[in-house]
Amino acid sequence: MGEWKTPAELKYADSDEWFAVDGNVVTIGITDYAQDQLNDIVYVEFKDAGDSVDAGDSFGEVESVKAASELYSAVPGEIIEVNTALEDEPEVINADPFGAGWMVKIRAADLQGIDGLMDAAAYDAYCDSR
Amino acid sequence: MQNAAATNGAGASQPKKLEPLIYDLGAPGRIGVNLPDCDVPKTALPADLLRADLALPEVGEVQVVRHFVKLSKLNYSIDQGLYPLGSCTMKYNPKINEDAARLPGFAQLHPLTDGDGAQGALFLMHELQTWLGEISGFEAVSLSPAAGAQGEFAGILMIRQYHIDRGEGQRDIILVPNSAHGTNPATVTMAGMSVRELPADAQGNVDLAALRDVCAGDLRDRIAGMMITVPSTLGLFEATILDVVEAVHDAGGLMYMDGANMNALMGAVKPGQLGFDVMHYNLHKTFSTPHGGGGPGSGAVGVTAALAPYLPGPVVAVIEEENEQEPPLYGLVMPEKSIGRLKAFQGNFGMHLRAYAYIRVYGDAGIRDVTRYAVLNANYLRARLMATYKVPYPRYCGHEFVLEGHFDDAEDVHALDISKRLMDYGFHPPTNYFPLIMPEALLIEPTETEVKEDLDAFVAAMERIAEEARSEPETLLNAPHTAPVRRLDEVKAVKELVLCCAPALPIGARD
Repeated sequence: MGEWKTPAELKYADSDEWFAVDGNVVTIGITDYAQDQLNDIVYVEFKDAGDSVDAGDSFGEVESVKAASELYSAVPGEIIEVNTALEDEPEVINADPFGAGWMVKIRAADLQGIDGLMDAAAYDAYCDSR
Repeated sequence: MQNAAATNGAGASQPKKLEPLIYDLGAPGRIGVNLPDCDVPKTALPADLLRADLALPEVGEVQVVRHFVKLSKLNYSIDQGLYPLGSCTMKYNPKINEDAARLPGFAQLHPLTDGDGAQGALFLMHELQTWLGEISGFEAVSLSPAAGAQGEFAGILMIRQYHIDRGEGQRDIILVPNSAHGTNPATVTMAGMSVRELPADAQGNVDLAALRDVCAGDLRDRIAGMMITVPSTLGLFEATILDVVEAVHDAGGLMYMDGANMNALMGAVKPGQLGFDVMHYNLHKTFSTPHGGGGPGSGAVGVTAALAPYLPGPVVAVIEEENEQEPPLYGLVMPEKSIGRLKAFQGNFGMHLRAYAYIRVYGDAGIRDVTRYAVLNANYLRARLMATYKVPYPRYCGHEFVLEGHFDDAEDVHALDISKRLMDYGFHPPTNYFPLIMPEALLIEPTETEVKEDLDAFVAAMERIAEEARSEPETLLNAPHTAPVRRLDEVKAVKELVLCCAPALPIGARD
């Protein structure tokens, strides 16, 4: 497989989302590895700001020329912001998955789910093994 | 087309020309039929039903015939060559099926003919129900679902109603492996239930430990059942299927088998005997009725005795037993607690006819041979291609197998490029990027109807493409070179849909 970026400051789920924790606000997107595997992303759909999610729940879906995939939150809480710009320009996720390609911000009711996530080294090893 | 390969595809064989839409052909006043003189007074159509916005083509018979013949020559079909589209079972459709379907006694039978006048058709459907039940080990069969997805929908609705009738309506979760056909989770959602996805283990089987965890966990009393394809969508027999069935049954759930891959089981394994409670058949795959644009499909469902009262109707039953003077009288009945109707009349009867003809022609031993040759052909291709391509699950496969369409020393080339290049070599591409759990998947299903020479020609093309991936990757990245259109921009096609022919305005919305 090709090379991919895995920022050290983020946490990673085995379903290929990244999580950035700032206080009790968690920002979620998909990894560089995931966007590379998906190929050109053509459609996204997210829950709305104000909706709540449980840990392990889907907060939306992403669709590429290859496949459609659910997006999962590792934490419970309320979605406080959604990157609606991606609805018109989902290709931004391919171009900048960790920056402008962020998807939702969740005000987490608790952060227990973050503990079960992988760090960058573990995620890289996980991707290598696939 | 195959000769094009010798020229690197880019040259000698001229790409075929596209044909204009029928809407872009013709001229005002040109007609294709001569109607006899009217023998009743002519009346003008009511003005409010006249429409000027329907741009119907005005063409003569010759133009129509040439138009559709040209289109048919742009098509690729199983009648032209190998069509290894994994998961779709693109087997040859014997022409005797078509003869049977055109017998006037069947072809001209009105669907509203009463039972007395349709005994032949009802007898045939009853026989087909019985044979499908025998092939899969189920107690009862309904032929009414119109296609595989509708068969799935019927199956899950039956499971749902079964639990409700037992006072266990809280069971609303269906377990689905992550290798499943996309229709499985879609079916569950359509039936108002929710999906719980299960991972695969390293051998491509359902992860039994993960399944047992779910069955023993908080959700135990909410498990309505599990949908699983056997062999799996990777073409692999689920080695632990009996344990899977037992785990779900112990939790109170029912087992649904997606019968899409019955071409690896017919005559060898009966899903009913594995412990499945319900499954759908794809008559249009396994039983050789036409599909892939030639449809319609037929998604008969088979069930255990416990689920038989819930079958979608109508089903054909003997309503008067035979006696010394008379044969049995067949009739259409709605099962006692039927989930209802899914399709007008008796389902896609033309497909029942073809499937009946297919089973009759092969018979008991022949049906078993279909499976044996389907599995043999797939394993032959797998074994020969293993030298050139990565085979992620190196075990004996069923009727299909997965290759990795990617090479470590040709990074730019992907499964899609290999698929497109196969078109230049005269083959329909395999299924690519499915199953989703396998990156760069090429899912290859030759079916039993291919002879060794054709399988060898396919291997030769695949080997040549693997060489090209290293020596001239651009040829692959720009393929196909011989098709009427070159590489399509899939992103643009998805994001900027443009209809060439404007949809007609609804009545009342016109000027």
